[in-house]
Amino acid sequence: MQVTMTVNDVEVTREIEARLLLVHFLRDVLGLTGTHWGCDTSNCGTCVVWLDGEPVKSCTVLAAMAGGHQVRTVEGLAKGAELDPIQQGFMQCHGLQCGFCTPGMMMTARALLDRNPDPSETEIREAISGQICRCTGYATIVRSVRWAAVAEAQAAAQVTETTESSEAGEIDNAGQPAEAVA
Amino acid sequence: MTAVHERVDTFHDNDQKPVGYGRMLRKEDPRFLRGRGRYVDDVQLPGMLHLAILRSPVAHARIVGIDTSAAEASPGVKAVVTGAMLAQQNLAWMPTLSNDVQAVLATDKVRFQGQEVAFVVAEDRYAARDALELIDVEYDVLDPVIDARRALAPDAPLIRDDLDGKTNNHCFDWETGDEAATEAVFARADVVVSQDLVYPRVHPAPMETCGAVADYDSVDGKLRLWSTTQAPHAHRTLYAIVAGLPEHKIQVISPDIGGGFGNKVPIYPGYVCAIVASIVTGKPVKWMEDRSENLISTGFARDYIMRGEIAATRDGRILGIRTNVLADHGAFNGTAAPVKYPAGFFGVFTGSYDIEAAYCKMTAVYTNKAPGGVAYACSFRITEAVYLVERIVDCLADELGMDPAELRLKNFIQPEQFPYTTKTGWVYDSGNYEPTMRLAMEMAGYDELRREQAEKRARGELMGIGIAFFTEAVGAGPRKDMDILGLGMADGCELRVHPTGKAVVRLSVQSQGQGHETTFAQIVAEEIGIPPADIEVLHGDTDNTPFGLGTYGSRSTPVSGAAAALVARKVRDKARIIASGMLEVSVADLEWEKGAFHVAGDPGRSVTIQDIALRAHGAGDLPEGIEGGLEAQICYNPSNLTYPHGAYICVVDIDPGTAQVTVRRFIAVDDCGTRINPMIIEGQVHGGLTDGVGMALMEMIAFDEDGNCLGASLMDYLIPTSLEVPDWETGFTVTPSPHHPIGAKGVGESATVGSPPAIVNAVIDALKPFGVRHADMPLTPSRVWDAMRGQARPPI
Repeated sequence: MQVTMTVNDVEVTREIEARLLLVHFLRDVLGLTGTHWGCDTSNCGTCVVWLDGEPVKSCTVLAAMAGGHQVRTVEGLAKGAELDPIQQGFMQCHGLQCGFCTPGMMMTARALLDRNPDPSETEIREAISGQICRCTGYATIVRSVRWAAVAEAQAAAQVTETTESSEAGEIDNAGQPAEAVA
Repeated sequence: MTAVHERVDTFHDNDQKPVGYGRMLRKEDPRFLRGRGRYVDDVQLPGMLHLAILRSPVAHARIVGIDTSAAEASPGVKAVVTGAMLAQQNLAWMPTLSNDVQAVLATDKVRFQGQEVAFVVAEDRYAARDALELIDVEYDVLDPVIDARRALAPDAPLIRDDLDGKTNNHCFDWETGDEAATEAVFARADVVVSQDLVYPRVHPAPMETCGAVADYDSVDGKLRLWSTTQAPHAHRTLYAIVAGLPEHKIQVISPDIGGGFGNKVPIYPGYVCAIVASIVTGKPVKWMEDRSENLISTGFARDYIMRGEIAATRDGRILGIRTNVLADHGAFNGTAAPVKYPAGFFGVFTGSYDIEAAYCKMTAVYTNKAPGGVAYACSFRITEAVYLVERIVDCLADELGMDPAELRLKNFIQPEQFPYTTKTGWVYDSGNYEPTMRLAMEMAGYDELRREQAEKRARGELMGIGIAFFTEAVGAGPRKDMDILGLGMADGCELRVHPTGKAVVRLSVQSQGQGHETTFAQIVAEEIGIPPADIEVLHGDTDNTPFGLGTYGSRSTPVSGAAAALVARKVRDKARIIASGMLEVSVADLEWEKGAFHVAGDPGRSVTIQDIALRAHGAGDLPEGIEGGLEAQICYNPSNLTYPHGAYICVVDIDPGTAQVTVRRFIAVDDCGTRINPMIIEGQVHGGLTDGVGMALMEMIAFDEDGNCLGASLMDYLIPTSLEVPDWETGFTVTPSPHHPIGAKGVGESATVGSPPAIVNAVIDALKPFGVRHADMPLTPSRVWDAMRGQARPPI
């Protein structure tokens, strides 16, 4: 069968078997190997991607079901050369070791911050509780997400300040928070 | 020795140091953050085929016949291979790392559920899986041996009838220590405490399962093998021996690896199948196991049934420790340990205590379970040893009515006793235990915790405080004692400084997430003054790196890290000679500081390492007898193991209504000698502590009486998530290793080793009001519930 979907803002059309899993479509057909596969039972979460902005486990979504929808993977997280604050946070706070769970963790974390810009430690732990990391013991992942939350809050505050300042005709800068610069 | 309390704040400056040790962000992170890591399953080659393995559904059966005709006719199938076909090429069996043999594909019998029986090669993953279902195997089911305690019963079914003259399921016997001397101290002791302990079978379950891509080029006879291996060089040599391929024509590539924890040390049948399939089909072949295959067939860990005995004086002086162990090695002895150490380094079961005598007697047996034994970040069975000693020390404290911290402090080996030879012959290189213990107690607020506990007990609340103090033996090891199938456990390292002063260092070890590309750049930077950012670390490819035994048993820093420091010093020695020519002074008149040599007493006259590199490759004269270039290679043979130690304190709360254990706090103070990158050390400790929570409270590979694995998926084999673990509290002391070039000891497995007894001790401490002295892992709510009712049972 033929399936058409938008992956990281690019529309793709491919001929596939109806039973093909989304994770295998992304990895084997499109070559987007940043999304991983670690179990068959939706327990590990290394395969988390976004389907219309919501994190899903792509090992339990058929590629056909994503037809006509928007998919975003870890490859679509950064804006060009600029890492997303979540990515920066993971680096700053050592939120990854082997890197295998990292793409899924970051996709979930990004979605969390999009709906809750100031999550508590408990809220972060709940958000990533459907995903397993064998290396980090989670504490540094929690710190990474908090780092991004604070960085984004500071950036937003600075933008507001800059806007006000600009209106006063004093400062004109892009409003990047110091902590968010890699 | 410094005792510093390290509290990590939420935010850090990126204090990238130009040279040397300290917190430095990881050089490997950018590719992982962008989804650009390259794991084995990411390798896509033109024309690549996919391999899937048919596994035994039963634990013990004779194979009557295999019909592959329907599978061969299945769409997309290129080949179907059975054990009988491999046997024609003498490839049906392969050696294990413990001088046993293991079936690549079963020919005569299957000996555990999940054993490899046949494989299919097809055009894609799905077609290969489809065809597996069309293979018809007729089994004559035999009684299995599941309970290790029954393995040596006269009427037990014989598992290893493939071995000539084998008449029972005995695997090996092993003993250490002095039986008579131990008997003597037990006879005169005021107090003897005995406790049966089970360390159940668990599984490392790295997030990336095992797999390989084999690409055999029949024209030039070269085999390229991408595989999930922690020991690429050792694997290459073994492939050469097993398959008869010339070693120089084998390239083993261990690319980015999604966690290892010991699971990726052995050679698995799947790797061999992929190689065979590529040779047979003339195409690249990929094999990736699924999660169930990983859990039911690859290297498990532990499975020790132990009796621990401890003898002491009434005032709490420990005199002796004795243990008897029944070890379940599964169907094939697949333990990956130095060959003279069939029980790994279990001999360090005397722990951190200065005692008079010790003795261990071990019997290992075959059962109808998956092979393995050493995996899951155990430092070659030190996990079991530390669990044994730290549990029975707690049992002794209970018997004596002493505080468990006080009992440990009273019996520690003292700093002036190092190097200390234990009663089982291990030479602990250095240690200073009391400050480490005191720091953990201070961080925990130990006395305050005990007061809180007393108040809660009075109210009927269940709170427990558990302590574990461990000494590890890591960095295998001295080649006179330690080898794996004849390969000495030394490691090579090569350092090349380019003309512009940038460098490349090639390691014999590889990384499964440990951050070698950062840590090793720092080690070299510290020695030759080139910034870590200018040092490329290459690893995990046998064509591009020197020989060495790989990454496991916390050996990378103790062995390969030493090699990296020494090769850098060798380069620096040459640089000094070149500098003497450039500055026209004698070598003795040069002083080294921060990447430059200057003339003693005249810091203004100096040349940097970069200046020297250019001169070394330039057109100008070099001192007489000095060749051009600035590079060196060494092979480091450690003179001893290194012995990290640590003090762990765990605080748990137990819901009296549900028996659910919550780890409220965990304080870990580690002493791994010189610290290269504290951020990476802390990360490794966090991961190991989480493993400990898993083993102590959740994880177990269980079997039913027919040998069906009950932990065959992540729905059944429970791994801690973010909700089961607390925010870790870490601290450190520094007692350098006297024999390691930079004093580093290794830390990767410390927390996995030390945390399970701390957690179990905490749970038992919480259950004291119920008169519970011991309950075995995993301390799941149902098992804790049973213990609260005086019905604690072993898990197997």
